[in-house]
Amino acid sequence: MNSDIILLGHGSGGKLSHQLLDDLIIPILSGIGPRDQNDAALLPGGEGRLAFTTDSYVVDPIFFPGGDIGDLAVNGTVNDLAMAGARPLALSVGLILEEGLPLVDLRRVLESMRAAADAAGVAIVTGDTKVVPRGKGDKIFINTSGVGVVEHDFELRGSGARPGDRILINGPVGDHGMAVLASREGLELEADIRTDSAPLNSLVETILSAGGEAVHALRDPTRGGVATTLKEIARQSQVEILLQEKAIPVRDAVRGACAILGLDPLFVANEGKLLAVVAPEAAADVLAAMRRHPAGTEAAVIGEVVGEGNGRVVMTTLIGGRRSIEMLSGEQLPRIC
Amino acid sequence: MTYTTEFRDPAVATRLLEKIREAVAGYSQTMTLMEVCGTHTMAIYQHGVRALLPEQIRLISGPGCPVCVTPVDYVDHAVALCRRPDTIVATFGDMVRVPGSTSSLQREKALGSDVRIVYSPLDAVALARKNPQKEVVFLGVGFETTTPTIAGSILQAQKERIENYSVLPSHKTIPGPMAALTADPDLKVDGYICPAHVSAVIGSEGYEPLARDCGVPCVVTGFEPLDILQGIEMLARQVVAGEARVEIQYSRIVRPQGNERARQVLYEVFEPCDARWRGIGVIPGSGLCIREKYSKFDAIRKLPVRVEEPREHAGCQCGEILKGKISPSECALFRTVCTPENPAGACMVSSEGTCAAEYKYGG
Repeated sequence: MNSDIILLGHGSGGKLSHQLLDDLIIPILSGIGPRDQNDAALLPGGEGRLAFTTDSYVVDPIFFPGGDIGDLAVNGTVNDLAMAGARPLALSVGLILEEGLPLVDLRRVLESMRAAADAAGVAIVTGDTKVVPRGKGDKIFINTSGVGVVEHDFELRGSGARPGDRILINGPVGDHGMAVLASREGLELEADIRTDSAPLNSLVETILSAGGEAVHALRDPTRGGVATTLKEIARQSQVEILLQEKAIPVRDAVRGACAILGLDPLFVANEGKLLAVVAPEAAADVLAAMRRHPAGTEAAVIGEVVGEGNGRVVMTTLIGGRRSIEMLSGEQLPRIC
Repeated sequence: MTYTTEFRDPAVATRLLEKIREAVAGYSQTMTLMEVCGTHTMAIYQHGVRALLPEQIRLISGPGCPVCVTPVDYVDHAVALCRRPDTIVATFGDMVRVPGSTSSLQREKALGSDVRIVYSPLDAVALARKNPQKEVVFLGVGFETTTPTIAGSILQAQKERIENYSVLPSHKTIPGPMAALTADPDLKVDGYICPAHVSAVIGSEGYEPLARDCGVPCVVTGFEPLDILQGIEMLARQVVAGEARVEIQYSRIVRPQGNERARQVLYEVFEPCDARWRGIGVIPGSGLCIREKYSKFDAIRKLPVRVEEPREHAGCQCGEILKGKISPSECALFRTVCTPENPAGACMVSSEGTCAAEYKYGG
């Protein structure tokens, strides 16, 4: 930790967040090593293994095109369970509300949580609510924890990528981050960009039934975007990944908004996207299955694991050049989820 | 037309690269082309342009990142201002993380100062309108591209009689340092990839003295990868032919005479003055100060504060990097002591900084 105080960048999902986790939070609370850090923990159980995960949501503004903090809080935790290959069973919800929050807003958020939970087929079974004085919070913060069950006997791990594996994504990148940013005060971008916030558990079932054990890792590229997530996988698996920029789907509106703001879509957050690392012989089948699923119609193979390595991620650019991909540094967009 | 994909077409890029190779075929020396503007630096790294060029062409980065060339005492001044009671400091995002002598705006913000990131100086005027009991200081950093809008914000505040708005000016103009770098005997620049949007304001005519008097070819070039490749091709042809002309590659935006209306607004509010550039030193007439007539909007004159003694990070080689004399990996601090999370100098902070570009996209 280089800083003696918490900075906004510690919430970016990029390097400062990793430092905070690796240097402070994980050593104190759990002590697991970086290779074993995944989106949900697997717990010993009776039939099958349990997956357990938690996430907090502080997005600003709380309502944005295509979604709000409520469906985000459900989908985000459902997706973390799904990335561990688990079928979500139940969620807890912790609400931290700021004094003065209009009830009509709270109702809208709760209803969208319920709708998202129904869509994902998961129950909200326990919860807690606290209120802080005006000015001590910001409208509404939500924590959700989730429990799921893993019903197959292989494991999906960030350390599971192997040379030759293909990297698949289920659709265009950068929608969520740009939708939130475009709805912020002071940035009146006239772009029709909606969040991609969506539950991915059904798509994961499809992927696993098409690919089975050939699916080596799943990750949802939220904060820090596709770049940071692939960098995590490459490091955990000790491999080198090569991406093809021309294969990475980006909507024109997102590309344009990113160009105006000097952002790189590869580093912008997603909330309904997953990266699948799949053995080469199964990649075509998994891709076809993803494309048949409503959450994966624009799925694409965007790169491959080219060999053992020390965690390098390299991209062949549109014009045929090469550049290396690093983790998001500092804070690109605070409070994006 | 989306105005992005068309300018990133791989097939056209291949053809342009062939033309570049054709242009330097048989040329036995190395030509050094400097991209002056930070946006070019970032785009060149982002698209991996260097690796595609023939070995006779070497690209170096110049002093065109406004945050990077801002001296450390400016950051200290901004820090001192944000510690004033009832003060809001409004700024473009990159300045927040630039290290000052002992603090940064990011640190002051975390400790309770009111520092706001805005996307336009007019948003800072709106902040002043909304918070009449507070003084809103906008950090006026930038080249000819941004300065007209900052001048516009002062004219707007004047028109609305907003008394609580001021600008801490550190504006700079581009042709001055280009002439200084051209005259530097240690640095042989064979051609300039001239800035795209600065040139939209000053026009290509601003570079005529460089071509005419110093014999250095100049090509005003756009920021998309195909623009950059075409700009390099045009420069390469001039260098090989021993010519030195000013050409416009970015003709869809830039006119030879530039944007007269923008310059009118700029010079209504600002006047040339000497300016200190990090790494280069004082260049006469290369800065823009607020005219006496608008002095009530000048934070330097309006809000006297005590600013600490400036102290640069020992070993930081931003200056040499800004002059194109060394590349980031030649600096001992690069990637070890100096990272985007813990920057020693501004070149590692700004999204247009050479060190940040090399760190992010690899050398």
